[in-house]
Amino acid sequence: MTEPTDDAETETEIEETSEDGVETAYGCAVTHSRGQRVIHVDRDRWLDVASELLADGWNMCVDVTAVDYLAHVGRRELPPGIAPERFEVVASFISHARRDRIRARIQIPADDPTIGSLYRIYPGTDYLEREVFDLFGITFIGHPDLSRILMPENWEGHPLRKDYVVGAIPVQFKAPAN
Amino acid sequence: MTVTENKSETESASPDQGQLHLLPRRESVLRMSEVRAAEIAESEPLADENDQTMLMNMGPSHPSTHGVLRLMLELDGETVIRSKPIIGYLHTGMEKTGETLTYLQGPTNVTRMDYAAPLFNELVFSLAVEELIGIEIPERATWIRMLMTEMNRIASHLLFMATNGMDLGAVSMMIYGWREREQVLRFFEKVTGLRMNHNYIRVGGVAADLPDGWRDDVLHLLEMLPPRLEEYDILMTGQPIWRERLQGVGVISSEEAIALSATGPILRSTGVAWDLRRDMPYLAYPEVDFDVVVGSYGDSFDRYAIRLNEIRESIRIVHQILDKMPKGDYRSEDRKVTPPPRARIDESMEALIHHFKIFTEGFKVPEGEVYVAVESPRGELGCYIVSDGGPKPYRMHIRGPSFVNLQTMPHMMADSLIADAVAIISSVDPILGEVDR
Repeated sequence: MTEPTDDAETETEIEETSEDGVETAYGCAVTHSRGQRVIHVDRDRWLDVASELLADGWNMCVDVTAVDYLAHVGRRELPPGIAPERFEVVASFISHARRDRIRARIQIPADDPTIGSLYRIYPGTDYLEREVFDLFGITFIGHPDLSRILMPENWEGHPLRKDYVVGAIPVQFKAPAN
Repeated sequence: MTVTENKSETESASPDQGQLHLLPRRESVLRMSEVRAAEIAESEPLADENDQTMLMNMGPSHPSTHGVLRLMLELDGETVIRSKPIIGYLHTGMEKTGETLTYLQGPTNVTRMDYAAPLFNELVFSLAVEELIGIEIPERATWIRMLMTEMNRIASHLLFMATNGMDLGAVSMMIYGWREREQVLRFFEKVTGLRMNHNYIRVGGVAADLPDGWRDDVLHLLEMLPPRLEEYDILMTGQPIWRERLQGVGVISSEEAIALSATGPILRSTGVAWDLRRDMPYLAYPEVDFDVVVGSYGDSFDRYAIRLNEIRESIRIVHQILDKMPKGDYRSEDRKVTPPPRARIDESMEALIHHFKIFTEGFKVPEGEVYVAVESPRGELGCYIVSDGGPKPYRMHIRGPSFVNLQTMPHMMADSLIADAVAIISSVDPILGEVDR
């Protein structure tokens, strides 16, 4: 029985406030969205930060998804120093011991939609990353089997992108390519 | 025929970096495209006598695959070496559809995802939107939501009892499970007007107050169920045939379950006491008393026993809800999100305008993003919503527990018999509407 414990002995998290008043954790800027803690991770540091998160007791990555901000008209809550890009990968982590959540947002430019795969650090992201690849066309480098998961293997386009219009695509009835 | 598609995933799995080393059976995940599998099937069998493995397709219309799950199995005789669940047959782009529907129409869309537990989908969507708007909902609405979702948990687990029994040859169990579930659905029909896909829990509260006589209906159900559960125990739990069929089948360790992001009964069957209702409470769960049921072996029998006992815990919770159900409004009186009462429309021009505005244009939700999760019968059901300030979600993502839990299946099936594969699929209890969305 591994009952989650209340004692916060595992708390080794580096939390500080830099000179300009921006809260940081794991070397990343932190914002709070409706009381939920969000870290904004630089794409190049993503796998290092994920390893740090795991070492710090965030023992499960529960969700990986993405957002295409192409048509977003509102204001995006980003800390200073983070340049908004078209895509954003959003990953949620959970700590069973601390009974807490943390969310990471990573900006992904439209001309190079790639990011390192979490598979080796959190293998439970296997299907979730495949789903994001399938529906957004974001490539996860290092994923063992980055293939379409929900759409047919020979589908063209990535349906959850904002420039993929609902109803404007004729249904594909062609035979599988081989 | 030898399948050599799998690249070795072992080389860079260093123990101090990442959870991959926690999955000793990761080679049992078959990584092969459907096109490649079709090519192999058409090619001539190799003359090599040592090639003993065979690729076999199971589903998507196999009766024990709970809908349209398809499995690609690599078999050595009757033993499953590697397997790959193939999904997407029920994919209807609900997340994309969600972006074109207003927040008022949203629950109608999401309720169709996990069709065995529709109220949970509505609940998580509504909670996420309410978190974005920042409105408080009346106490009675909270308790009605708890009552309805706990009843839904009972119905969902009864459905599992029925299908699990049927998959394993206890065919009479199918009839019993369905019989009890039907009683719960009848209660739902009385309250919401529909047996499934209710669109009952909406942003701001619930669609209608509980009807007259609801308490008697619930009490009747709570009296009817425990003796029936005792019958299930006699029929299945204590039976040597049942135990032989499930014990030690589809075993998964707690390390594997955590590394694979499994939640719900699969995680709890390994002994990890993790239930969002207790560990990250929502609604009014801190005010009710219940136990988190955990297993110890992580096998199919534990997963069966956990669900059976969770029905008992839900009955316990519903008893407390009956005692504590407060009086008051069943939906928020905030005119920003709630349409005016029907009677007001006849006497007030403003109310009529308001009514039209909410139903045609919808209400606006402030910019922001939020992730909210509830404990559905299958695990963590999450909803991530990004709003751009308009009346429709800019992005609406549902983290389906069935989808993520499906990843555990190849690990559980490794080196098991093909007959046990059916028991394992059943014990994972995937709802394909939620897997494919």
